[in-house]
Amino acid sequence: MKKIFSRPKSLKDAPFHYCPGCGHSIAHRLICEVIDELDIRGIAIGVPPAGCAVLAYNYLDIDMIESPHGRGPAMATGIKRMLPDRVVFSYQGDGDLAAIGIAESFHAANRGENITVIFINNAVYGMTGGQLAPTTTMGQRTTTSPLGRTRELEGYPVQVCELLSGLRGTTYIERCAVNTPANIMKTRRAIKKAFEYQMDNKGFTLVEILSPCPTNWKMSSVEACKWISDVMTKEFPLGVMKDIPSAQEKKAVAAHD
Amino acid sequence: MNDKQLMAGNHVIGEAAIRAGCRFYAGYPITPQNELCEYMSEHIREVKGGVFIQSESEIAAVNMVAGAAASGARAMTSSSSPGISLKQEGISSMAASEIPALVVNIMRGGPGLGNIRPTQGDYFQATRGGGHGDYRTIVLAPTTCQEMADLTMDAFDLADRYRNPVVLLADGMMGQMMEPVVFKEPKPRNYSEAYMMRGAGSGKSQIIRGLILDQLELEEHNWKLARKYNIIRQNETRCELFQIDDAQVGIVAYGTAARVAKGAIKRMKGAGMNVGLFRPITLWPFPERELRKLSEKIKYFLVFEMNLGQMIDDVRLALQGFAEIGFFGRPGGVVPTPVELANIIDQRYFKKNGPISRG
Ligand SMILES: Cc1ncc(C[n+]2csc(CCOP(=O)(O)OP(=O)(O)O)c2C)c(N)n1
Ligand code: SF4
Ligand SMILES: [Mg+2]
Repeated sequence: MKKIFSRPKSLKDAPFHYCPGCGHSIAHRLICEVIDELDIRGIAIGVPPAGCAVLAYNYLDIDMIESPHGRGPAMATGIKRMLPDRVVFSYQGDGDLAAIGIAESFHAANRGENITVIFINNAVYGMTGGQLAPTTTMGQRTTTSPLGRTRELEGYPVQVCELLSGLRGTTYIERCAVNTPANIMKTRRAIKKAFEYQMDNKGFTLVEILSPCPTNWKMSSVEACKWISDVMTKEFPLGVMKDIPSAQEKKAVAAHD
Repeated sequence: MNDKQLMAGNHVIGEAAIRAGCRFYAGYPITPQNELCEYMSEHIREVKGGVFIQSESEIAAVNMVAGAAASGARAMTSSSSPGISLKQEGISSMAASEIPALVVNIMRGGPGLGNIRPTQGDYFQATRGGGHGDYRTIVLAPTTCQEMADLTMDAFDLADRYRNPVVLLADGMMGQMMEPVVFKEPKPRNYSEAYMMRGAGSGKSQIIRGLILDQLELEEHNWKLARKYNIIRQNETRCELFQIDDAQVGIVAYGTAARVAKGAIKRMKGAGMNVGLFRPITLWPFPERELRKLSEKIKYFLVFEMNLGQMIDDVRLALQGFAEIGFFGRPGGVVPTPVELANIIDQRYFKKNGPISRG
């Protein structure tokens, strides 16, 4: 019988500490599948954040160095500049990337660092107990926005992909989600493309993943997946925001036709 | 190559670092250390693999350095007081994760934005760890351009040996002043590949982590660091004794203050007053034993700092009441003159010969 599903080789045989239905587990698995497929376990270096994924190194069987909260892209910059032939990525939550670490993210992107950012947007601070995040949606209740997010008090959610796409240093930016099987497959393809672009020295790549946090959203896993489709994707539309190499390829093909 | 050259302090540090094999520099402009940043931008890229990044902040710079150093490079950052406050997050995490790096602080007047004049206001910050948690950094305090060159090279060796961040602590005066220097041959680097995070290859993957949730495990990690700090205390203290043999008064001063002190001592010798200098070169570990030994002969020490009195606490701890301790200092970026210092010592000791209190 043909085996069609098994644990990726670069995923350690350890039970996840994540809550049931958490998107981090799915994202970890996808990264590992891509690492296996591209056969880059030996040259991959990951930078996990402060956030629920702080223990990512317990699961991903690659070299990993933990970053202080929000500084992943700075650390990844230091590593990549010294080891340009490695595949270096940071793995960051929305608080990590878009609040405390926005400067590091913005400028790594703007410098066009040849690194990949895997950005887990779950619209809350998962690890610290579900507080308001920069990506908390309008009206969403959190432990620090008990009446729901308002324009007057908290302002609008930060759209990271749209923001960074405007920087000329960025190469490939896509927003995905892990709430349906089809979306999960798309996320996997996006991660693969980002790593491939990095291996071809194309520059800064980022994959945003809308990711359920049933615990802090106070929903069942099923409800959480539905909430992503119904609410989150309205604030954060899915799709490729920027893909310079593929646009260039199309142009080159068109010129030939 | 090793001829005597006339160079400014900030350039000396940069040149010595590159010669010592530093291949990664990240920094953010701040006076009075801009010349070091600029020197690195020009010269580190002249060597193979050398990287300069003008970062978006001091926080980014120190975390870039952590990444570069973890991947095996000799790496450094530099700044001045307000920027060093921002770097504390990264220094604490490098100390926790045992990542070697050089952090240069060309001190300026504080607190807050303060001014850009030379001071020694960051002694506590440098010698007490500076950031959060139980940790120490080795702190080296040069007084001349030559010493800046030598100590910069030594700093990288010490960082490697103990896998710990090392702070080079100087001030705006020393960053700007020009003196002749001869660069020594750096020692070959002695740093195990096993500590370098460079991708797992076909082997076992490694992690460098900061979070240790289990309290007993974190306690053991702290004890491990403590054992290392004790070895550093035992082996790495450095100091200079200047005209101390027949001195009645011992000045304790480092950095620019020690230069002023030497001027005062020469002047006082001419007037028949025997004053010597005890100059710590390592501020942490503080050369306690060496200072205490002097108290067998000298019964009055004047701590002289360009601040409100910080190192005086270490002098008290070292002398343990075996000698009288006085203090003279001026904060805010004022550099007292040798005449001023000589007058203070004359009044407080030679004219009165009485006990002296702080201030
Ligand atoms: C300097 C600093 N401030 C605050 C924290 C506490 N903290 C840890 S994770 C986190 C937020 C995590 O939220 P996010 O980045 O969205 O990740 P998630 O847990 O949701 O995946 C905070 C505030 C910290 N570790 N360091
Ligand atoms: S709190 Fe949310 S983000 Fe954190 S592990 Fe649980 S579900 Fe995942
Ligand atoms: Mg989050």
